Amino acid sequence: MNSRLTRQELLRRGALGGAFLTFPSLLAACGGGGGDAASGELKDVLNFSNWELYIDTPQTLKAAGIDALPTLEQFETESGIKVNYFEDVISNSEYFATVQGRLRQSQGIDRDIIVSTDNDRFLGEYLTNGWALKLDKDLIPNITNLIDAQASPPFDPNREYTLPWFSGMDGIAWNEELTGPITTVTQLLEDPKLKGKVGVWNSMGDTLGLVMLENGDDPASVTDESFDRALAVIQKAQDAGQIRRFYGNDYAQPLATGNLAASMAWSGDILNLGDPKVKWGIAEKGGIIWTDNMLIPLGGSVPTASTYMNFVYDPTIAAQLSLGANYISSVKGVKDEASKLNPDAAENTLAFPTDEMLSQMHQNDPTMFSNPDYEKKWLAVQGK
Amino acid sequence: MGTFLHRHRGVTPYLLLAPGILWLAIFFLIPLAFLGYESLQSGLFPNFEFTWEISNFSNGIRDYHEQFVRSFVYAGIATGACLVLAYPLVYWIAFRAGPWRNLFLLFIVAPFFVTYLVRTLAWLNILADQGPVVSILRDVHVLGPDGRLLATTFAVVSGITYNFFPFMALPLYVSLEQIDPRLLEAAKDLYASPTQAFLRVTLPLSAPGIVAGTLLTFIPAAGDFINAALLGTPGQAMIGNVIQSKFLESLDYPSAAALSFVLMGLILVALLVYARVVGSERLTG
Repeated sequence: MNSRLTRQELLRRGALGGAFLTFPSLLAACGGGGGDAASGELKDVLNFSNWELYIDTPQTLKAAGIDALPTLEQFETESGIKVNYFEDVISNSEYFATVQGRLRQSQGIDRDIIVSTDNDRFLGEYLTNGWALKLDKDLIPNITNLIDAQASPPFDPNREYTLPWFSGMDGIAWNEELTGPITTVTQLLEDPKLKGKVGVWNSMGDTLGLVMLENGDDPASVTDESFDRALAVIQKAQDAGQIRRFYGNDYAQPLATGNLAASMAWSGDILNLGDPKVKWGIAEKGGIIWTDNMLIPLGGSVPTASTYMNFVYDPTIAAQLSLGANYISSVKGVKDEASKLNPDAAENTLAFPTDEMLSQMHQNDPTMFSNPDYEKKWLAVQGK
Repeated sequence: MGTFLHRHRGVTPYLLLAPGILWLAIFFLIPLAFLGYESLQSGLFPNFEFTWEISNFSNGIRDYHEQFVRSFVYAGIATGACLVLAYPLVYWIAFRAGPWRNLFLLFIVAPFFVTYLVRTLAWLNILADQGPVVSILRDVHVLGPDGRLLATTFAVVSGITYNFFPFMALPLYVSLEQIDPRLLEAAKDLYASPTQAFLRVTLPLSAPGIVAGTLLTFIPAAGDFINAALLGTPGQAMIGNVIQSKFLESLDYPSAAALSFVLMGLILVALLVYARVVGSERLTG
C-alpha cells in the first residue's frame, strides 16, 4: 500500500513539474500530500477544469463586438492569482472516470474548480460521496446575485457546494439544405424523409426529457411508466432505422456536412458552429434546461476557488462571459450589463433567452440519474 | 559483481529474465489479479464489496452474448481482409521492390504516426454521405440514392481492417523477406510451376508470419471499441463498447471487470483452437 502511494505521489509531482506550474504551488503540493491540507490556504494559482469553448476568448469577444480583456486576464490582474485554465472536460462521465480513483482514496486531483452538469448522474456522485468541499461564502459576497430559480436545486438545496457556471437549452437543430424546420420530437423521430439522418444524445436526461415532454409527461418527476413510455419511443425510432447514432457533443459537424439532416442539439453548440444553414429551435412541447455547476473537489483550495467564483458573479463579468460563450448566465442583472457592453449582442436570445423561451423550459428529475435500472435500459437501447 | 557472476554462473539467466518478469508482474499480473478481485464484487458505486459474485459472469454472458459474437465475427472478417490485402502487397515489396523496399514499408507505416482516434475520424470524412466515395457508388448504382456507408457494418469492419493493417503487414513482411530466393530457383529447376512453387515453398515458409499477423490483428480487434463507436450504430456495438459504457457510464466496475475476463477467456479459447488447427510450432515461429 505504502509503495503504491509513493509511486502515485511521484507521478503526481512529475505531472505537476511537467505542467510548468509555479514554484509555490509545487511546494504546496509537496507538503499537502494531496489531501485536504491545502484547502484552507489562499494560493496564487488556480487550477480550473472546464469544457471546451465555454469561456470568453479574444476571438469570441471580437465576434460579439466587445472591446475588453478576456475575464481570465482581468481576474489575474485584479487578484494576482494565476489561472491554469484546462479545457479537459470532454464528457461528464469520462472526466469522472479519470478523477474518481484518487477521490475515492481521499486524494486531491490538482484542481481547485471543476464543472459537472446537472443532467447527468456524476454531479450527484461528487456531492453524495463527499468529494466536494464547502464554498467559503464569506469570500463570495456576490452570491446574492444568484438568480432565484437557481438558489436551491435538489442536489444542493442551500448552494453550499456548487454554483452555476452556465446553463443551456435542449432543442432541435436541422440542416436547411436537407429539410424544412423540424419543430416537434415526433417529426424528428418519425418523418420518413429524415430516415437514417437523425441524431439524438447518448445522454439519458436530455434525450428522454424531450421525449417525455412530447408524450405529455413531466420530466421533472419521472415515474417508471413515463420512463418506459419515453424509452419505447426511442426504441421504436432506433428499430426503424430513423436514428443514425447516439451522439455525445459531436453532432454539430455531421449536421453541417449533411450526414445528419436533423438532431437534438444544445443551444450554444449550434451558434458556436457558425454555419448559417444549420438552424436551432425549441421543440413545440418545450425543452430541458440544464446547468453546469462549479464545485471544489477534494484537495482544492477553497479560498482561491471562492475568490474566483465571487469574481464571476459580478454582473459585468458575468455578462461578458455569457456573450463570449453564448450560454446562459445565472447572475441577476446580467442582461442590462450586457447591453452596456454591446446593445446588439444583448439581443442574443441563446445567451439571454426571452421570458417566453424560459417558460418553455423544464428541468430533469435528478432521481432518474441514480436509478441503475433506468441506466441499464437506456444503455440497452444503444446496444450496450 | 564480476566475481559473483563468475562463481554463480547459473544465476545469469535469471538475472536476465528478471526485468521482464518484474515488468509482467507489475503491469500485468497484479492488475489482472485486481481485475479478478473486482469482477467478483457486488454493490453500487463506490461501495463495492467482495462477495464471490459469480453472477457477474453469467449475467454478462446472458445479456451480451450478441455483442460477443459480433466482436468475434467483425474481428474475424477484418483479420481475413487484412491478410488478403497485405499478402500480395508485402510479397511484392519483399521480392520485387528492390532498393525501394524500405520506402514502401514506410508508406505502410506512415499513416500510423497519426493517432488512432484521428485516423478513425478521418474515415468519417472519407465515407461521409456527401463524400466522394458514396457519390461515386451512388452514380454506378452500387448504392441506392439514399444508401450510405457510414453507420453501417461495412464502415466498422473497414475501420478495423484499416487500423490493424500494419500488425498484419509487418510480420508477414519479415517472414517473406527471410525466404532465400535460391529455394524458389531450386523449385523452378525441379519443374515446379510458379503456382506450385508459391504453394509448396513460399506459402509454408511465410506461415509463421501469417500466424503472427493473424494473432496481432485478431486479438486487439476483438476488443476494439473506437471503430464501432465512431463509425457504427447501436446495431454494430461490440463488446468493447459494452465494457467501456459499464466503466464510464454505469460505474458498474464489477460487471465491466467480469466482461473483460470473459473476453479474455474467449480469446484464449479461440487461440487454443487456432493453435490446434495450424500446429503449435507455427505459433512460436
